[in-house]
Amino acid sequence: MAEARILLRDATVAGSAAGEVERKLTVLELLWNDGFVRKTVIILFLAAVWEAYGVYLDNPLLFPTLHDTIATLYDRVKDGTIPMRAWTSLKVLFMGYSAGIVLAAIFTILAISTRIGTDFLETVTAMFNPLPAIALLPLALIWFGLGNGSLVFVLIHSVLWPVALNTHSGFKSVSNTLRMVGRNYGLRGLPYVAKILIPAAFGSILTGLKIGWAFAWRTLIAAELVFGVSSGQGGLGWFIFENRNLLDIPAVFAGLLTVVIIGLFVENLIFRAIERNTVQKWGTQS
Amino acid sequence: MALLDVNGVTLRYKTSSAVVTATERVSFTVDKSDRFVLLGPSGCGKSTLLKAVGGYMTPSEGRMTINDREIHGPGADRMMIFQEFDQLLPWKSVLANVMFPLLTARKLSRKDAEAKARAYIEKVGLTRVVDAYPHTLSGGMKQRVAIARGMAMEPDILLMDEPFAALDALTRRTCQDELLQLWSETKFTVLFVTHSIAEAIRIGNRILLLSPHPGRVKAEVVDVDKASNEDGSAGRLEKEIHDLLFAGEATAH
Repeated sequence: MAEARILLRDATVAGSAAGEVERKLTVLELLWNDGFVRKTVIILFLAAVWEAYGVYLDNPLLFPTLHDTIATLYDRVKDGTIPMRAWTSLKVLFMGYSAGIVLAAIFTILAISTRIGTDFLETVTAMFNPLPAIALLPLALIWFGLGNGSLVFVLIHSVLWPVALNTHSGFKSVSNTLRMVGRNYGLRGLPYVAKILIPAAFGSILTGLKIGWAFAWRTLIAAELVFGVSSGQGGLGWFIFENRNLLDIPAVFAGLLTVVIIGLFVENLIFRAIERNTVQKWGTQS
Repeated sequence: MALLDVNGVTLRYKTSSAVVTATERVSFTVDKSDRFVLLGPSGCGKSTLLKAVGGYMTPSEGRMTINDREIHGPGADRMMIFQEFDQLLPWKSVLANVMFPLLTARKLSRKDAEAKARAYIEKVGLTRVVDAYPHTLSGGMKQRVAIARGMAMEPDILLMDEPFAALDALTRRTCQDELLQLWSETKFTVLFVTHSIAEAIRIGNRILLLSPHPGRVKAEVVDVDKASNEDGSAGRLEKEIHDLLFAGEATAH
């Protein structure tokens, strides 16, 4: 045992003999790996169950078949009723949603800059977050009358608290290192919030925006069901209510389906696209 | 004229139940182009001291000046490089990360910032990943980007808080060599914190030895670059420093 020695081995020979290192997936495997394909399969399955049950029940007053619903949906889209009603709803929604976000931004910025602001935000979110927006509607009607004012008020209530809560908890969980990096560059005040805190907490903010959107959308439809027409032209909720009164149940289903489709569209296309281009690209969320 | 003058600095911080003295009356000066190392066991307040130089803490006693200006708060004349890999902004590519302080703190134009950023990214050998996002990089690459980002600002002094401590041993060696290579090119000034004696000897030309609880200056080692591995003087110096740092412990207990 004189000295340590190094015995060289040729890696290339061993590698080529070892067989396949990489195998292409089959087309079926590739398709099944796509979440969109899997979800489409689930939706097709649910549609088939719906159609089968509708045919079996054979009572369009209680439960119309899928093809009846789709035929009605097609007619109402073609004659412009549903697009117009949906547009009315969405317009109000955007007003309430953006006003809610602006208020949430102001609240959270106050909350991170002062301790009393933090306490204020924590207290009011704890108080108002569990309060269903619809419960405020009777009050809103007294304050703002029959019209968009009341709708926007309840929408703000449904958006403000979840967005503020998530944004604030996102800000709080920004790592100390990133904070120090930001301050090292002399950033303070609003530029610090805009350039460090918001992008660093973007995952939480996006979650808040998604929850806020879902709350707002269902609150709006429900509010429209309760007090119907505002400014002459009702929204989707009113469309559903109206057709129930006319016992046009396939149209009720068509209205509900539109609510679902718009919900799916925003969730799966708009928010997914934002996620793909931000938090997933940055690797802060998988 | 010393670049950085730390004079009789005592640092205290509050925990929920007590006021802890991190360092007590520490004095040292760093000259231009020094590779000044703060070395000591954990609890000697070396990281706290670095943070104070960075402007994140105000001393309760003593004063710190850089270029004769008293240190008040963080500033881009002292660029920090942290141990944590998450010091890069995950929402920005490597290039944008290096450009970011040039744009926000130095107010360079986009074109100048990009040229400077690319030059320093090339210096640390990461040109092929300029457009990658930090989460796709290895730990060593992330630290190199952070070093490029700090150096691109051409600050008065670079403050490095155990930048290689979270790396594996092989990568750490490479990064240390690269840092020395970069230093020989641009002769920047660096204040480097470590708890590894070997790293202190490799990196520094001057070493300040701190004793723990609270941190006090025990000794200063000068002309560290004269020690070399070939004749074994580095090894002897390492042993001497080790004995000095842990001498108290053997007798105290």
